[in-house]
Amino acid sequence: MSSISGIESPPSNPPGTAAQLSVALPVLAVLLASAVFAAFVALYGQNPFTVFGLIVQGGFGSSFAWQDTLSRAAPLILVGLAVAIPAQAGLVIIGGEGALVLGGLAGAVVTLPFAGAHALPMQVIMLVAGALAGGLWFGLASLLRQYRGVNETISSLLLSYIGIAIFHHLTEGLLRDPASLDKPSTHPIDPSYMLPVLPGVGVHAGLAVSLALAIIAHVVLRYTRWGFALRVVGGSARVARMVGLAVNRWVIGATFVAGGMAGVAGAIEVAAVQGTANSSLIVGYGYSGILVAFLARHQPLAIVAVALLIGGMQASASLLQRRLELPDATMLVFQGLIFVCVLVADAIAQQLRENTRR
Amino acid sequence: MTAPQVELLNMTKRFGANLALNNVSLLIRSGTVHALLGENGAGKSTLVKCLVGFYHPENGHIQVNGREHRLNSPKDADALGIGMVYQHFTLVPSMTVAQNLVVSGARLPAYINWQSELKRLTEVTKKLPFHVPLDVRVSQLSAGEKQKAEIVKQLYLGRKLLILDEPTSVLTPAEADEVLGYVRSLTRAGELSAVLISHKFHEVRRYADDVTVLRRGASVRTGAVADLSDDALAEAMIGEPVSKMVQHAPKSPPKPNIVLSIKDLCVNGDNGLPAVKDLSLAVREGEIAGIAGVSGNGQLELVEAMMGQRDRNGTITVSGSSFNGTRKEIARLGVYGLPQEPLKNACIDRMSLAENLALRNFDRAPLCRGIAMNYGALAVQAERLVAQFRVKAPGLTASMNALSGGNVQRAVLARELTQDVRLLIASNPTFGLDFVACEETYRRIVEARNGGAAVLLISEDLDELLGLVDRVLVMSAGRIVHEVLADCADKRVIGKYMAGMKAA
Repeated sequence: MSSISGIESPPSNPPGTAAQLSVALPVLAVLLASAVFAAFVALYGQNPFTVFGLIVQGGFGSSFAWQDTLSRAAPLILVGLAVAIPAQAGLVIIGGEGALVLGGLAGAVVTLPFAGAHALPMQVIMLVAGALAGGLWFGLASLLRQYRGVNETISSLLLSYIGIAIFHHLTEGLLRDPASLDKPSTHPIDPSYMLPVLPGVGVHAGLAVSLALAIIAHVVLRYTRWGFALRVVGGSARVARMVGLAVNRWVIGATFVAGGMAGVAGAIEVAAVQGTANSSLIVGYGYSGILVAFLARHQPLAIVAVALLIGGMQASASLLQRRLELPDATMLVFQGLIFVCVLVADAIAQQLRENTRR
Repeated sequence: MTAPQVELLNMTKRFGANLALNNVSLLIRSGTVHALLGENGAGKSTLVKCLVGFYHPENGHIQVNGREHRLNSPKDADALGIGMVYQHFTLVPSMTVAQNLVVSGARLPAYINWQSELKRLTEVTKKLPFHVPLDVRVSQLSAGEKQKAEIVKQLYLGRKLLILDEPTSVLTPAEADEVLGYVRSLTRAGELSAVLISHKFHEVRRYADDVTVLRRGASVRTGAVADLSDDALAEAMIGEPVSKMVQHAPKSPPKPNIVLSIKDLCVNGDNGLPAVKDLSLAVREGEIAGIAGVSGNGQLELVEAMMGQRDRNGTITVSGSSFNGTRKEIARLGVYGLPQEPLKNACIDRMSLAENLALRNFDRAPLCRGIAMNYGALAVQAERLVAQFRVKAPGLTASMNALSGGNVQRAVLARELTQDVRLLIASNPTFGLDFVACEETYRRIVEARNGGAAVLLISEDLDELLGLVDRVLVMSAGRIVHEVLADCADKRVIGKYMAGMKAA
């Protein structure tokens, strides 16, 4: 892949067209996808305006809808970061789902030996365990890339399937709670270890963790020498080596951190929602994260906004199903359309840029 | 059809606000070689790309044998028998020469009778004054053989006007003579007309009949080569009377301390085969050591190994310390570089000019405190360097793509040479640069040398090298095969070593 769209040089953002383009393109892509989606639901005999009204209502129309949206946005922010951070170093990694479920599994089992301890250290341990598991899983993809020349996009996707298979293998075998009959799960964590609900918001504390990590990622990438070095590495490994940057270490480090983000997302889902690791973790957050990051053009703060949008769309799916009897997958179709439109818009923008250059 | 007469009349071509061709006319007489001279960006490539139907001029037209033709695509040019040999090879490396020739034909039969094709090809190539192996894969050919095969391909396709874009930049002098000598013999025989893009005066003088000099998109001088002196051509090219290219600073004898020492260096090329073989050399404080050689003899791999861009065996020591290209070592030992094609090899195109100027010191005070970048200080530094090295750019936040080649080079010079340089590695530093930028690069390199730095200059341009260095090392097939002080250097001897005709 020759370049990853949307990575600007932050504080020295080019004035005028380039900056405007980076906002206008995703907006245009979403509008275009909405038009196609409207035609799609019209084929189902539904009024598109009713459908869009229900999406807004189901995602953002009530405090209950907001709670649902926000608790979905929390993992989406993190898996979005898991795509965006390697993108700074020039990698396209799309295996967030595998890192997420393994992170969830690690988080679910790490506190099992310690019943009745203080909650806070246990919660921290769960998130850290999730981060390590996810980081190691992503790290594999970049190790293969740097030392064996394996394309990281493909290897991360395939590793994701392996990760999910390992997850099934362990939750249905070695780590299975015999009491979980119809839905193989690990032993439930001590209920006192569950992440608390944020007062006043009604959403679990994982949202705060996600927001904090997004802000940290933003600051580090924009305002520190680490972010600068990462952009040099992502811009040209050749030049990075010439100026003495240890490219392998930067690339592997960035993917480790990114995998850590996805792993924390999994651990949060366990520690705040499920209370145990089971197949409910595998609902495609990892793949939605790819959409989130691309639509946000790999900018951490934009990822928060886009995660809210996508989270809201996903939250409204059940309303669409109840009111209009549209199938559950309708929202997946919409998401897929947006993704295709983003990629097309990027390709067109790239073409335009090259034309103006020559 | 014999050699055509081709005339370009009042060609004008714009790229945005940039006038690339301004009312240029050119007459290529039947059976002659017409040379196009000019600095980079003078419009030579644009002009010939119009002639092969790749660009469409806003104004002007093209006449072949007195009849006007519109060239809407390279196919139209092909139909007229106009073909181009590019500077970079266009043969498929994994196919044999014969396969390349056959598949290059516009109309391929559904079934290819290889035996009869081979027979036909053998007959064609038998008539050539040089040998082109037909059943060898292109990837195994030397640069010279590839260039010959490119020309054979054009002839095989029945091209009658051949455009050669700096065809000898990758050839040894002897190979260049073979290739261009052959083209000239074909034109003399009336079988071909040719356009030769070159920046080497001696080539133009030797092989061309007519010459046109372009400057900033306009034709400034045209006539028979015999009527124009080198000085007149040079003056037309740069627009002012020529001063001597390189002003040699008074040389002081190099100091005895060795700065760079390479021992038994082995480096593999991209194909996994050894490209640099047991190479040892030393460069002293205050001297410029030059490595001459035809491209592809391991110079690139040598430079990349020194810059930490390629794995290696053997030791590289700088001022007595082992050097592996880490940031700490670079800063402590003062090792900096001027790579060829600076936009690609020394700059990050998606980062701004100011940020590119900071690549060497972004992680040190004053640009960085702790881990926090100080972008204010970064802008201040950029402003200072841009003023000091007269870098012309749309702004400090402009991306490197927006700068011309010469200004990219100035930016790199500013970044690399304002450090505490004790060893400078320059690899074809003027490749593709215009005259003014070349001269500035030379001056800065000599200044660095006079400031006590050791300079290792790798160049494929022998004239450039001999004009600049104190000592010449000739590299061939991954080894240093010859070493001589610049004052005693004989071009012909060096050329023979470059071509691998003499063993060490």
